[in-house]
Amino acid sequence: MSAGAKTGGVALAVAAVALALFPLVAGKFGVDLVTKIMVFAILALSLELLVGQTGLVCFGQAAFFGIGAYTVVLLSPQYEAVSIFWLAPVAVLFATLYALFVGALSLRTRGIYFIMVTLAFAQMAYYVFHDTPLGRGTDGIYLYVKPAVEVAGLTLVDLDKPLTFYYVVLGALALTFAFLAVLLRSRFGRALAGVKANEQRMRAAGYSTYAYKLAAFTLSGAIAGFAGVLFAVKDGFVNPELLAWHLSGSLLVMIILGGLGRLQGAVIGAFAYELLRLIFQHEPLFGAFAKHWQLGLGLTIIAMVALLPEGLAGLPAEIRRRRVGRAPRTADADA
Amino acid sequence: MPTPDVLLRGERLTRRWGGLTAVDDVTLELTRGSVHAVIGTNGAGKSTLINLLSGEIPASSGRVALKGQDVTAWPQPARARAGLGRSYQRTTIFPQFTVLENCRLAAQSRRQRPWAWWERADACTLAMPAAQRAAQAAGLGDDLDRPAGLLSHGGRRQLEIAMCLATAPDVLLLDEPLAGMGAEETDRMLDLLASLRAGHAILLVEHDMDAVFRIADRITVMVNGAVIASDVPEAVRANAEVQAAYLGSHA
Repeated sequence: MSAGAKTGGVALAVAAVALALFPLVAGKFGVDLVTKIMVFAILALSLELLVGQTGLVCFGQAAFFGIGAYTVVLLSPQYEAVSIFWLAPVAVLFATLYALFVGALSLRTRGIYFIMVTLAFAQMAYYVFHDTPLGRGTDGIYLYVKPAVEVAGLTLVDLDKPLTFYYVVLGALALTFAFLAVLLRSRFGRALAGVKANEQRMRAAGYSTYAYKLAAFTLSGAIAGFAGVLFAVKDGFVNPELLAWHLSGSLLVMIILGGLGRLQGAVIGAFAYELLRLIFQHEPLFGAFAKHWQLGLGLTIIAMVALLPEGLAGLPAEIRRRRVGRAPRTADADA
Repeated sequence: MPTPDVLLRGERLTRRWGGLTAVDDVTLELTRGSVHAVIGTNGAGKSTLINLLSGEIPASSGRVALKGQDVTAWPQPARARAGLGRSYQRTTIFPQFTVLENCRLAAQSRRQRPWAWWERADACTLAMPAAQRAAQAAGLGDDLDRPAGLLSHGGRRQLEIAMCLATAPDVLLLDEPLAGMGAEETDRMLDLLASLRAGHAILLVEHDMDAVFRIADRITVMVNGAVIASDVPEAVRANAEVQAAYLGSHA
């Protein structure tokens, strides 16, 4: 194990412990905020699998997230709780099926066309929830009774308690991260890295790259749908903005800000993006300018991306390189 | 004499790009244990022929048979898994990965198991040894841990061959493996090809005539997409039409 990998493991453990202890020092607002950010981190991880690991720039990730969230709300009866063990798999299944459909068609295109086709399919889903009776329009829908986590009539976890839900989401984030980390070291994960590096060579070696890309796309949609389930349960409210291209765009910014090609980049990026947004929206700090938070956020992101081409997650490697001196710089060599 | 072991057969292959016929009614056979060179000027259709045989582009007409099986409708990855390896004229490797990982990933195509997400790729008992053997055979045994992008030009050409070998192919389609190589590197590559001859059927597209006449068992000459001669080297050298069309400019 290289020195970089070792410090990376320690950093990961420290981050996990810090998140686990965070509610002890934070108030209601902080717990709610970090819960939301961790849901976005799961969503950003799903996109990192596509963009950072497979080289597929998907501009419609919000659709799978929104379908997961809407399914939870639409399938929940108004006055009684449904079992999460039934609801969550069905919601993830719907997101997965839509990802399979979108992937099957969009992966026949490449580059900029792929970006546009994924965007088009996401906007299609957006208008289904925005403009048909199914989604009940711009106002969105409330989830009156949160799903139950029960085994044989015994309530295991009460999702209505913010603190409990915080730990549910933290556990989900840790599991998603661990799953993807293991996946990326497997044959499948290495094949995706090969597709990203040189698809032509992969085909010449005997890989049906379309099938690999479709599998990655579908899996990514499933994880995004899972994040959508968590989001719906957290807020108890869904609206069409969950599927809008604004969110798909923000997710791309998150993973670029955090650093493409590294899983931790997606998580760091989600935290950095949401915290920066919060800072620029803070009126005591910025006064009237807080209304124009997008400007401040945008400029900061441009500056950060310009100064840190490998993102925030690439910062330790960058510092190590500078300390060593002008050692040859090879992309991904220590990723 | 026993019938030769024909591993790959291209039959009346034609490829048109609009009004241009890049490959025109070409028939050729590759047999195990022999090096079949294809020569011709730039634009004669040699690389297109390799692309038709490997399945990278579909033929306008004609058929391809691999080990007796009609593979005309098969996409490139399926032909590759059935034992057809190729190298590229423009080096096509994974520059960010180490030499070993380049070979390992190529070898992994023989045991893909994409559903086994919990198994470490580098623990594969098939791909790892195959990758090491292929790198050794291609003369890269000392460079296993180097990033492929840092290899010399000759080293990258060797890696192309190593990645090809790592997939354990029966047929090798090599597109100008000697391009841009120095004399010493060329010698080493020709030794490698000679050592591979026994177990494989090799198609060699090459501009270096000295090398071609040193190693080829059979030479096919292409002009404007069509074959004008296909014979043993001495006969090709003596062929008046070939001399006029191609070798003439060197004589």
